[in-house]
This record gives sequence, C-alpha cells and structure tokens, in this order.
Amino acid sequence: MNIRASLAALVLLTATVSAAQAAEYTRVLTDKSSLGFTYRQMNVPMEGGFKRFQAQLAFDPAQAAKGSASFDIDVKSIDVGSPDGNGEIGGKALFDNAAHPAARFVSSSIKPLGNNRFEVAGKLTIKGRTRDVTAPVAFRQDGSNGVFEGALNIKRTDFAIGEGVWADTSIVADEVQIRFRLLAAGK
Amino acid sequence: MLRRNMKNKSHRYTTTAVSLHWLITLGLTGTLALGFYMNSLPFSPAKLQYISWHKWAGISLLLLALFRLGWRATHPQPSPPAGMPAWQHAAAEWTHRVLYLLMIAIPLSGWLMSSAKGFPTVYFGLVQLPDLIGRDVELGKQLTALHVWLNFALIGLVGLHALAAVKHHLIDRDDVLSRMLPFLARN
Repeated sequence: MNIRASLAALVLLTATVSAAQAAEYTRVLTDKSSLGFTYRQMNVPMEGGFKRFQAQLAFDPAQAAKGSASFDIDVKSIDVGSPDGNGEIGGKALFDNAAHPAARFVSSSIKPLGNNRFEVAGKLTIKGRTRDVTAPVAFRQDGSNGVFEGALNIKRTDFAIGEGVWADTSIVADEVQIRFRLLAAGK
Repeated sequence: MLRRNMKNKSHRYTTTAVSLHWLITLGLTGTLALGFYMNSLPFSPAKLQYISWHKWAGISLLLLALFRLGWRATHPQPSPPAGMPAWQHAAAEWTHRVLYLLMIAIPLSGWLMSSAKGFPTVYFGLVQLPDLIGRDVELGKQLTALHVWLNFALIGLVGLHALAAVKHHLIDRDDVLSRMLPFLARN
C-alpha cells in the first residue's frame, strides 16, 4: 500500500515536472538564427551563409519522434564569402538561382540519441536535386526559447553545384559543411 | 699574383649571395607576371588556383628575402670599384636598401590584403598561416592598392638597378656587373 502510494506520488510528480519542462517549440526566430556553410578552395577555409530563410518547426524534446522541421531557403540571399564568388554563385553552372530560387529541407524522422541530442533525417533539395540527408542536432534551453545547433556534410556535386569548369573538385572541394543554429520560441 | 687573387676575392660576392640574387630575381619576375595575369582573368577555378600559387610564391620569396638579409648581415660585402663618385655609391646603397625593403614589404602587403579580404593563406595547401589582421573589406581594397603600387615601385627600381649595372659594365668597364654574372668577367 505504502509502496503503491509512493509509486503513484512519483508518477504524479514526474508528470508534473515534465509538464512544467515540456515545451513544444514552434516559432523559429529567423533574425536570431543562422544558416551558414564552410568549404575549402585550394585547401583555404571559406565561410558563407544564407541571409534569408524560413523555418517551420514543431518539436517537443520530450516527444522528439513526433516532431518535424522544414526550411525554405532563399538561394539569392547567399553569401559565399567573397565579392567575386557572390558575382558567380547564382549563375547556371553553380546555383542557377533564376531557375531554382529556393532550396528546401523537409524532415522525415527525428530520433532521440539521448543527452539532448537528436538525429534528424530528411530530404534536402537544392537546384532541383533531392537527396536524403541526416544531421545530428543538439538542443538546449535558453530561457523560454530553445536553441538547436547542428552540422551536416554534403557533397556539392550531388546537387550539381558546379558544372562545366566549376565541376573540378580539386580547386573548390566537393565537401561542404552546412551549419545551422536556430533559436525557437515555445508555443 | 697572390696579391691580385686576394684583391679579387674582396671584390666578390659569395656564391650563396649570387644565387640568392638571381633566385629572387627569377621568383619576383615570375610571381609579378603571374599576379598581373591572374588579375586579368575572369573569376574561375583556374584563377583561384593561380591566386593560391601566387600566394605560395610570395611567402617563399618573403622567406628567401629574410634569409638573404641574414646572409648579408653576416658576410662582408665587396667594396665599390675604386674611383666611383661618392654620390653614385650613396645612390647604389639607397637603391639596395629600398629594394630589400620592397622584397619584405611586397609579400607582407599581399599577406595583409589576403587577411583583410578574408582569405587565409594556406602555404602549399598544407600550412595555414595566421591572419595578420581581421576581416575588413575597405582596408582590403586599400591594401590591394598598396600591394600594386609597391610592385610598380619595384619595377622602377629594378629597372634603375639593372641600367646602372649595364652602365658600369659598358661605360665604366668595371667589375660591378660581372660580380653578379661571373661569366662576363674580363680576364
């Protein structure tokens, strides 16, 4: 009886505590978030990013598997880290932003890895090419907001970013690391 | 005969000094030509490759110039030809000083402009050199202009230096040029 009562109290307590902590993050504060990438040219590290993107998020760390995330990225807002590069990057051989003005990521599954880390799998579409990708994402609470940080390695040639002379991966490396940091508000 | 040999010896540069002189002449000419050529190219992987080669060559020339200064400081210089007017000696002395200054300042200004423009230098694609200054687009433009003007100063001074050497050989008929080009030595 005593044990039962204690168990019941414990269950109740746990439920109350998780209800207090549980929050579903739904609103990405894009002006406080960043979507960047790093790459190498002749082994020189370069940094770039996208200034404009939108994100839809429904994520409760306590019920991660039910969560979802998607991004719409304005490809014209790209900055590759140099004026020369920015003049070239929108062209047909690279992003072809006239024909493909948006890039998109849609999550298909979110797996909790423990310790506030999650594996997000989904489909990434750039320049009309769609590839399956997975990214480890770390979550932490920051006041009433949630911070999601992660990185994802892709190959630019998988998305035909670099045709013609730009297909040469010995100068601009094939590997690109996408890095994101999202600040999201609770419901 | 012995006296003559001893006298000749004091008129000579060490083989290392002669080698450094011509190695740096060749290196500067090639690197300068590559610099002008790569700047005439449209933005392309080839241009990125030439820029990296130019930077590797520039750092190599900086190291050679520093070694050469060290060598010069620790080895006696041949004395000027007898009967050479004092003003000519002073002019030669100052030309050499400014040439050494440019041998250091030109690669250094290139390194600085790279840092300011946000392109680290990765020596031979292997060793990333520290950025000397932070990223600053405006400063990058000013340093680029400085780099170019220092090179024009170098071209002017090297021209003067070469004309003076030829004048010594053909008009004064002394050994100033043959000290650097031993095959021209008159017996």
